[in-house]
Amino acid sequence: MSELGTEANPLRVAIVGAGPTGFYAAEQLFKQKTYTVQVDLYERLPIPFGLVRYGVAPDHQKIKSVTKIFDRVARRPEFRFFGNVEIGATITVDDLKRHYHQIIFTTGAQTDRNLNIPGEDLKGSYAATDFVAWYNGHPDYRDLEFDLSVETAAVIGVGNVAVDVVRILSRTPEELARTDIADYALEALSKSNIREVYMLGRRGPAQAAFTTPEIKELGELDDAVVWSPREETELDPLSEESLAESADRATTRKVEIIQSYSEENPATDKTRRIILRFLISPVEFIGDEESHLASIRMVHNELYKTDAGTLRPRATDREETIAAGIAFRSIGYTGVPIPGVPFKESWGVILNQDGRVIEPETQEPMTGLYTAGWIKRGASGVIGTNKPDAAETVEAMIDDVAAGAVLQPEDPSAEAALALVAESEPHYFSYDDWLRLDEIEMERGAALGRPRLKFTSIEDMLAALEKETA
Amino acid sequence: MKVRRILAAKSGGIISIRPEQTIREAITLLTKHNIGAVIVVVPGQERPVGIVSERDIIRRAATDEACFSDPVETIMTRELVTGMPQDDLYSVAHTMTERRFRHLPIMDEGRLVGIISIGDVLKAQRDAYRGEVDTREAQLLAGGEE
Repeated sequence: MSELGTEANPLRVAIVGAGPTGFYAAEQLFKQKTYTVQVDLYERLPIPFGLVRYGVAPDHQKIKSVTKIFDRVARRPEFRFFGNVEIGATITVDDLKRHYHQIIFTTGAQTDRNLNIPGEDLKGSYAATDFVAWYNGHPDYRDLEFDLSVETAAVIGVGNVAVDVVRILSRTPEELARTDIADYALEALSKSNIREVYMLGRRGPAQAAFTTPEIKELGELDDAVVWSPREETELDPLSEESLAESADRATTRKVEIIQSYSEENPATDKTRRIILRFLISPVEFIGDEESHLASIRMVHNELYKTDAGTLRPRATDREETIAAGIAFRSIGYTGVPIPGVPFKESWGVILNQDGRVIEPETQEPMTGLYTAGWIKRGASGVIGTNKPDAAETVEAMIDDVAAGAVLQPEDPSAEAALALVAESEPHYFSYDDWLRLDEIEMERGAALGRPRLKFTSIEDMLAALEKETA
Repeated sequence: MKVRRILAAKSGGIISIRPEQTIREAITLLTKHNIGAVIVVVPGQERPVGIVSERDIIRRAATDEACFSDPVETIMTRELVTGMPQDDLYSVAHTMTERRFRHLPIMDEGRLVGIISIGDVLKAQRDAYRGEVDTREAQLLAGGEE
């Protein structure tokens, strides 16, 4: 047989998870010129793009334009997309090993970390990611119900996801109707009684993870005013010193914007209020007699400096309780294990060294298995951060091909992999299927003056493509 | 961004040495694993007792050619600055630059969980920056097509 990575014997790679990192990894594999590579990209859902479709807020359409780059990757002849095929369920990792030389897991980080405080499981207490997936029309989350009949909501966390949730809760029905938010979510949010939304951060304004455009945008909503208590927006001496040392203009600007929200009683006829709170941590969710969230007991924090120079929160003895009927925790995502792939539970990532999956006992790389993106390093950064991350993994893969450290598949032909997919999931979706769905969704949206009207169930997607349902 | 993000993709074990092992053994470890410092641990003790870096070795070798059989405890840095997974990368970079050390052992609940180098920190910062530039660029280009 001819040498691996040539026209006659191409390097066959399976990528598991069609979010941004899956596409970036494919892009990097096509970009290197040493070997001829063929990529099959597997996705649990029928359609591609992961968090670009189901995470990025519906009122941030411009961020979604990154899919144009992914689209260029997908149109290459060496690329195939297999949607509606779950690795670990429909097809196992061992199945893949029979058909590919290398496998990359890019499954992302899908769930919110817990607060680990009493009352967290009360009715009305939710993971922000569940809410985000719901309003974005994720098929697995469309049937969730959120009780929006209450007046006050609290979002725990000060990252950009927390800001998204605050914004979506605070927009008017008219504002939301211009987005591609799921139709059922538009309906539910239009009837929402929520008029006051807290955003709670355990550190100060200078340490908040949200970015400047996001926090500025909160102040520009049609019918919501942002307010923050002055004593919590003023920098403490440690933060002031650290900001002066770093001369970080982005953070300085961010703090200025936050401080502009602490004017007393701004004149406004807006009917909704967003309240930013800092240096405060929830310690207990308190329920009513029906075990429904009624209030949140919180402790005020002060900052201290660690050995390594980070400012961390420390609880004081000052407490405060606020009334809130619904809460969303948004304190960081964590990954979900894949059967047959070593996982580091405490950090929610696949056990790996620079992208090579590591066998826990021997601490040695497992031949042919790789990871990239959030499931490799944890949730952090913007979409594009996953590109250098994927590049690092692909570099390791190419080195391993040169060293001959690849899987020895029984039948690495593209036909054999296709046969396996077709047999395991007759209703698999190809990239052409997605392009057709994309067109239909945009047409349906255009009729309503919206960017698109999403299909939110797999049945509807199958029906739209006139694929027979089982 | 947090230190944890760097450690997450460094599951391949922590390279360590015992205080009574020789400087020559330390050099072997540094070379074999292509690293700049090795952590010094006493078996059965959670907290490391020191760290030995390339610089510590060079400093000694410059004045003592016969040093290679000496135990590493004679040259190790004992006053360890340690970090934790929740530390902010930005602060860590600042502290390492200002206080001029290149390796930071990371402790989690009293246990050593990894070491990060200034190179790791710079790479993470570079990648974060590249990612942001790339994302903005993609938006701008796509915006131009509409």
